[in-house]
Amino acid sequence: MTLLDRSIVELGRGLRTGEFSSVELTESALADTRTVDGELGAFLRTTAEAAMAQAAKADRQLAEDTGNRSPLLGIPVAYKDVLCTKGVETTAGSRILTGFIPPYSATAIERMEAAGAVGLGKLNCDEFAMGSSNENSAFQTTRNPWATDRVPGGSSGGSAVAVAARMVSAALGTDTGGSIRLPASFCGVVGVKPSYGRVSRYGLIAFASSLDQVGPLTKTVEDAALVLEVIAGLDARDSTSSSAPLGDLRGALKAGVSGLRVGIPKEYLSMEIEPGVRDVFDISVSRLEAAGARLSEVSLPSTEYALAAYYVIAPAEVSSNLARMDGVRFGPGFGSAPNLMAAYESARHLGFGPEVRRRIALGTYVLSSGYYDAYYLRAQKVRTLVSQDFEQVFKEVDCLISPTAPTTAFRIGERLADPLAMYATDLLTLPANLAGVSGMSVPAGFAGGLPVGLQVLAPYMGEATCFQVAATIEEMAQIWQIRPAGHANLESPV
Amino acid sequence: MAIEHTNLSDPAGIDPKQVARLSRLSRLGLSDDELQRLGSQLGAIVAAVDKLAEADTDRVDPTAQVGGLTNVCRPDVVLEGLSQGDALANAASQEAGLLRVPAIQ
Amino acid sequence: MTSIWEPVIGLEVHAQLLTASKMFCGCRAQYLGMAPNSNTCPVCLGLPGTLPVINQVAVQLTIRTALALNCEIPEFSKFDRKNYFYPDLPKGYQISQFDLPLSLNGLLEFEVEGRLVRAGITRVHLEEDAGTLHHAGEIQNASFSLVDLNRAGVPLMEIVGEPDLRHPVEAPAYLAALRRTLIYLGVNDGNMEDGSLRCDANVSLRRTGASELGAKVEVKNMNSFRSIQRALDFEVARQTELLDQGQSVAQETRGWSELEQVTVSQRSKEEAQEYRYFPEPDLPPLVISRAYVAELRAALPELPMATRRRLREQYALSEEQARLISETALDAAYFESVVAAGAPPAAAANWQVQNLQALCNAAHISVSGCPVRPELLAELITMVVTDQVSGAVAKEVLAEVFETGARPSAVVLARGLGQVSDTAELERLVAEALAANQKASADYQGGNDRALGSLVGAVMALSRGKANPKAVGQLLRDRLPRK
Repeated sequence: MTLLDRSIVELGRGLRTGEFSSVELTESALADTRTVDGELGAFLRTTAEAAMAQAAKADRQLAEDTGNRSPLLGIPVAYKDVLCTKGVETTAGSRILTGFIPPYSATAIERMEAAGAVGLGKLNCDEFAMGSSNENSAFQTTRNPWATDRVPGGSSGGSAVAVAARMVSAALGTDTGGSIRLPASFCGVVGVKPSYGRVSRYGLIAFASSLDQVGPLTKTVEDAALVLEVIAGLDARDSTSSSAPLGDLRGALKAGVSGLRVGIPKEYLSMEIEPGVRDVFDISVSRLEAAGARLSEVSLPSTEYALAAYYVIAPAEVSSNLARMDGVRFGPGFGSAPNLMAAYESARHLGFGPEVRRRIALGTYVLSSGYYDAYYLRAQKVRTLVSQDFEQVFKEVDCLISPTAPTTAFRIGERLADPLAMYATDLLTLPANLAGVSGMSVPAGFAGGLPVGLQVLAPYMGEATCFQVAATIEEMAQIWQIRPAGHANLESPV
Repeated sequence: MAIEHTNLSDPAGIDPKQVARLSRLSRLGLSDDELQRLGSQLGAIVAAVDKLAEADTDRVDPTAQVGGLTNVCRPDVVLEGLSQGDALANAASQEAGLLRVPAIQ
Repeated sequence: MTSIWEPVIGLEVHAQLLTASKMFCGCRAQYLGMAPNSNTCPVCLGLPGTLPVINQVAVQLTIRTALALNCEIPEFSKFDRKNYFYPDLPKGYQISQFDLPLSLNGLLEFEVEGRLVRAGITRVHLEEDAGTLHHAGEIQNASFSLVDLNRAGVPLMEIVGEPDLRHPVEAPAYLAALRRTLIYLGVNDGNMEDGSLRCDANVSLRRTGASELGAKVEVKNMNSFRSIQRALDFEVARQTELLDQGQSVAQETRGWSELEQVTVSQRSKEEAQEYRYFPEPDLPPLVISRAYVAELRAALPELPMATRRRLREQYALSEEQARLISETALDAAYFESVVAAGAPPAAAANWQVQNLQALCNAAHISVSGCPVRPELLAELITMVVTDQVSGAVAKEVLAEVFETGARPSAVVLARGLGQVSDTAELERLVAEALAANQKASADYQGGNDRALGSLVGAVMALSRGKANPKAVGQLLRDRLPRK
């Protein structure tokens, strides 16, 4: 058992009672990034020196009791590499950003640093967060700590693995169609996709601007609440960030689900869901019912169109968002191209991997004159329908529950050849992004030795309800302390 | 949507000229082989996305953003920016404080 | 023109707004004279992860302009992305407005050759400027280009005119009227040379009387009123010749070459532009309340045409005087201050547009900003009309006031320039002049009227300009009775 098996609250207690220092905690975490991560590949780069300095500063603040009572003070964390870090190379998992050192940090990271969290480095992800398996990273393969021949899920795969393998207490990820919830489910950790606008997107290298959200991945639901409290809130640098109050998350953790109306979207459950996953879902539902929740079947009739709408809207925004990757102001450049067109093509051809190229081409296609109305405009209208589905259903129930993904973690390479099969991995998660509602994945059990997460969806700006239900599921499942045995040099579960 | 069983060598892939046009428009610089492969993949994806046509979207307004915010503006105030050195720090090619790019034509 | 072809011309004007900061970030909107790439930040450099935030004043100035141009202000407006690759466009898209601009359906009135013309304004919308490119020599031959992003992101208003102009001569007149309006509103500095005001034109020809338009040619690179006139004259002649020969006009973009005085096709090998506009997801839409529009409308100043009309009517000025004085709002205010300080309007107008304007032009300063404050000019004019100084002396005095800002009466006193109307003194001077100019005296008495003028001149010279010429003339006539 390592220190980082403990929750953030437990670690905070140890730091404040002097059981161990942040420097000790950080040193131990950094050691794991050198050993454990050798096989898992979660980190693209560590920032050991800066981390030790942050840890020493946290220790001084702890000793002097400077008034920084943030629960994150001195706690080791790490950040998905789509989040800019001032002075630290940020690549978004893409060759085209090799060597890019932002002169600014993402707002979410600034807030983590202000709270005293100790950043250990940058985590691998699918290139520009496009993918569901982490296999689209230009740099390395990240493996699932529960079974290293399997994917960790994506695109925030590195974030999920770093938390699951106890290298950090929390990681920030981003979720555009499921990119936090899916790897959280595959790796057995908690992942929150906040409501659109809840967390500033400033400094998040955009994938699809109208869908992207930053959120935490942690071992426990309470840890997730502590991180979300730090990163949430209005930011003058992001016009789409919201000032809506976050609500009492800590209160929600203890509220129980008695009398809570929990809906089961029949369209989600009628999809092809792996039996083991279905079993975990069914058991959890009966446990919730036993805890006093009022379960009912509900309908989100436009679900069948959501994937198509998503794969028009997201690529359209990608095609524009990635136009700035032209080799002129940053990136490896364009070599000895004879003219500008050749320079652009050289920089982008060398810089982008196959999935990114596919989405750029698709996005360019659906925005082209002659196709705009049939694809882009129509997808926007379907997006309205999907949102209306949620508005309607949240009049009947307080939240929704479903499996986070139709399957457990699949094998590395298994879906690479078939983009559409890969896209289907996000079927259950992406409608929440289209509608902007709050969502979360919480570990609920295992199937074939692999973790299974359940997804809780609540209304726009209704995160507290997600936490309320997730805390109950977590409490009843009693599994968060089970650590992955996929890397055997560690001790057995507590 | 029959996602799991979509045949990616869909003969109804996107017209090769169209794919080449998309590649040029988005400066992807794809080779002929890459264009061909992309064409068939795009064909399959577009065929799946055609599902949209089945949705009844009459009298439905498009949604470009969620959250319902409006009129988010900032005051007209000058803020400290980057020095010339910092602005160019990440550039691969520069000259006399300017970014250098190859001939435009 | 006797051609069977009628030109159809519309102008697209881009005007940088006089805000303090850029459109979507806090960098300076005034970038001239700064070292290259020293007026940027992560946002206007288009670095990954950065986001735009709308400059509230830029929106306000655009609506203000739109109201002055009689536009409708829709309640709902939004920004869109216009996607294209170019090194001066850091994000690979320009944030602009596509289908829901801030304003629509306006009207600009202007005069050309004494004729009142009303041209439609399609829309006024808001966007961001691009950076600037430098090439060694001509762009076609340069082996590389250099990019300066100081200008990238400066608020830019695009004023799209309807194709309502029917002769090249109307284009500079339209632009001048628009420019005057922008300066009156304080939204743009009107500087075409530095590019803070830029103009492109769409030109097509159609058979006179026909309603359908011919192929549209977009003409760019016109950097002055003169080049606009010449470029359009050239372009109309070029298209006329093509059509007369039975050829067709290609729809294309052409650039005006100042050097060769011709328009040159800018058609590149690339296919037609495909901008793939779509709503800017990083910016929530704008909802413009009616109360806000009413507030901005109420705060509009009097506009050039109205000022000109009022000056003409209220002060009985000539058309030319009214036009010159209403060139800027500050000029007009200056004139009205001079009149308010007691000067007769006609004299005030003359002194302002003739004497004072000349001094100001030579010194490259504005009338309103010159040391001759309105009350000083009024004092000087009053001295002239009450015969305290002659016109000639007054010009000297004005020149001194222009240098020093001193009171005209003080200058006259200090330099002893007061006009001599004292009869005894004048009698003495007249006698002296007659004695020295006996031939002129005889000529006058012999019937030569012009001889009197030279005698008056002689007296004036003896008085060093201070004699009252009217009184001198009368004395001479009394002394030299004709038979």
